Amino acid sequence: MSAHDDSTDGVSRRKVLECMTWAGTGVLWTVAGGIPTSLGIMGEAAAQTTGMTFLQISDSHVGFDKPANPNALGTLEEAIAKVKALAVKPAFMIHTGDITHLSKDKEFDDAKRIISQAGLDTHYVPGEHDIIDDEPGRQYKERYGKNAKGAGWYSFDQNGVHFVGLVNVVNLKAGGLGNLGPEQLAWLEDDLKAKSASTPVVVFAHIPLWVVYEKWGWGTDDGGKALDLLKRFGSVTVLNGHIHQVMQKVEGNVTFHTARSTAFPQPAPGTAPSPGPMKVPDDKLRGLLGIADVTYKVGSERLAIIDQPLQG
Amino acid sequence: MKVLSLVRGAFAAALLLALASVLPTAARAADMEVKIDNFTFGPQQLTVKAGTTVTWINEDDIPHTVVSTGHFRSKALDTDDKFSFTFTTPGSYQYFCGLHPHMQGSIVVEAATGSND
Repeated sequence: MSAHDDSTDGVSRRKVLECMTWAGTGVLWTVAGGIPTSLGIMGEAAAQTTGMTFLQISDSHVGFDKPANPNALGTLEEAIAKVKALAVKPAFMIHTGDITHLSKDKEFDDAKRIISQAGLDTHYVPGEHDIIDDEPGRQYKERYGKNAKGAGWYSFDQNGVHFVGLVNVVNLKAGGLGNLGPEQLAWLEDDLKAKSASTPVVVFAHIPLWVVYEKWGWGTDDGGKALDLLKRFGSVTVLNGHIHQVMQKVEGNVTFHTARSTAFPQPAPGTAPSPGPMKVPDDKLRGLLGIADVTYKVGSERLAIIDQPLQG
Repeated sequence: MKVLSLVRGAFAAALLLALASVLPTAARAADMEVKIDNFTFGPQQLTVKAGTTVTWINEDDIPHTVVSTGHFRSKALDTDDKFSFTFTTPGSYQYFCGLHPHMQGSIVVEAATGSND
């Protein structure tokens, strides 16, 4: 394990926040003092879990079998094994989309079989790979979105935290980025209306709500409108997937964080001709699929990103 | 029935031959391919004669779609999957990938009958 921020004096908070690492398996979040912070899902987590904890996994791409990882189901199993081995059981899990690679029945079935082994309630949002069945989105809605609105958005409350799952992968426009759409934004405005500004809010969606890299479509066209609705809240955490690497930034009261994939890494923005799956030597894959987590210690101004690879 | 269908088949074949001989060569232009590679349509812009069938081939390890609003919409194309569309009406057809909408391309279809008329 290596720490990008070893908490030495002189490291500015902003600089630490900008620290990035690539690829991984899951992020364990804990809510203490109203501020969600993420912890390593192996070992580190046990030390400081006084609040409510939940786990984020993303981009399992079940069915993917290309050179970048011929066995994406296998690495999902490894990730879930890590979750099961946690010293402190999380309250629940969120999956930020691309459960499957091609929205096939068997892929959804396999994903369910493996993910359910964690023994945790799991809240999903779809990725673009989950709605490419013959009748786009039917499988996802039947399996995960029965009680959700529209293409699958919803909210719930747990331990005083308001969680909102958004869908930004449908009705994409030519030349555009991710899309929430007016119907979902109207719902969000209504959903947040009754919440006091002191309620911590966690928003999760597949594609990053902020523009990470426009050239590769890594952002959401109307994400800013959703963020405007969240402005009055004192603590907002936005969790996304899609880009298969950890990135974080903080703007005012909003912390943005993207999780790693359990399937394959993707290149850092602009470092490759395209955002396609990044093939690395076999003995390096699990090093990249290892865990890079963010820890915020309540009472400390420092936010550390800790890299814990699956292997190595 | 069998005889009838044979006759029909022969008639159809004769008709096709007859048509082929009278249609200008442009209408029988070679069918065209657009390769999808590195999240890019190549060539990004393609000019064809009306009647041309264009086939998109996905060479990425990630599925893509080919969508021209109001004209055609492919299913998700996995690696090496193909989608074909025959352009019969002249015009400019903008299209994009419904999964990665920053991927865009266009097909310009020119009238099949040209100088031969």
